[in-house]
Amino acid sequence: MSQAIDFQENRLKTGEGGIILTSVEDLLNWSRLSSLWPMGFGLACCAIEMMASYASNYDLERFGIFPRPSPRQSDVMIVAGTVTFKMADRIRRLYEQMPEPRYVISMGSCSNCGGPYWEHGYHVVKGIDRIIPVDVYVPGCPPRPEALIGGFLKLQEKIRQEHPIAPTLLLELEAENHTT
Amino acid sequence: MTTHDIVERLKSKFNTDAILVVNEKTAQPIIQIPANLLLDICQFLHEDELLYFDFMACLTGIDNGPEKGSMEVIYHLTSIPYQRNLTLKVILPRQIDGQPPSISSLSSIWKTADWHEREAFDLIGISFENHPDLRRILLPKDWEGHPLRKDYEEQDSYHGIKVKY
Repeated sequence: MSQAIDFQENRLKTGEGGIILTSVEDLLNWSRLSSLWPMGFGLACCAIEMMASYASNYDLERFGIFPRPSPRQSDVMIVAGTVTFKMADRIRRLYEQMPEPRYVISMGSCSNCGGPYWEHGYHVVKGIDRIIPVDVYVPGCPPRPEALIGGFLKLQEKIRQEHPIAPTLLLELEAENHTT
Repeated sequence: MTTHDIVERLKSKFNTDAILVVNEKTAQPIIQIPANLLLDICQFLHEDELLYFDFMACLTGIDNGPEKGSMEVIYHLTSIPYQRNLTLKVILPRQIDGQPPSISSLSSIWKTADWHEREAFDLIGISFENHPDLRRILLPKDWEGHPLRKDYEEQDSYHGIKVKY
């Protein structure tokens, strides 16, 4: 019983208030990557797998991910399915309506590169990156929920490396430019 | 009433021998009719008490390619009270004076024909006379060409997006 537990080492929660020392950048990045809200829309069979990922078996909400009904409330767009040229205009407009910072996950072969329609699909955009910038490509036809979760983890890694605060030197230079 | 009886009834009613049965051995024989009689024949098939084809199940457009130089429209009709099916076929020349083929619309008889004819117009480019609203149904309205034609070539770009892989 007398064995001392190192709370710091074992990262145990004690319930006693404490102080966390971190940088603002790390805090911002952590909060962003822990609440990635995707736009709630799907285009084809990939959307079925995406919905399975949201549902209780895979439960994307444990990562803070749950779909929003409006692009204005969304952080990430999952392009889940075949993008036709008719849909391409709508996708582009939805992307433009999302506030920054915004991210795009391309889910499945169709949105990655046209998939099975790459040669004879006159109506299919051969890769969503011809319309909007893509952060993470998830391969598969369709990808399993694990693969989509893997895509989100990759996106979280990417966000963790970001620098949301402008460097102080840049701010100083900007201030100088304003005064002169 | 067999397919043979239906054909005989149509021949005597319209006083023509131009109505043919294509390959009688199939489970559902196809009756080929001339394009100029299409509307009258269908009106009769719809109204006649012994035939009573009250339901159009499907309409298909087919392009046979520039070598054969023909297009086909196939109509699948059903008589719900008699539990009977009938398949009609019309063969059209692929081009008439450089213009795409045209045939009477059946949307005045069966409402189903409305959207099916729009699909055939969209993908094959057959125009249907007296159709109430003949515009593209699947593709965007500024699309060029009719993609299910054998000699279709996709455009280079659509709204600034490259089409080819």
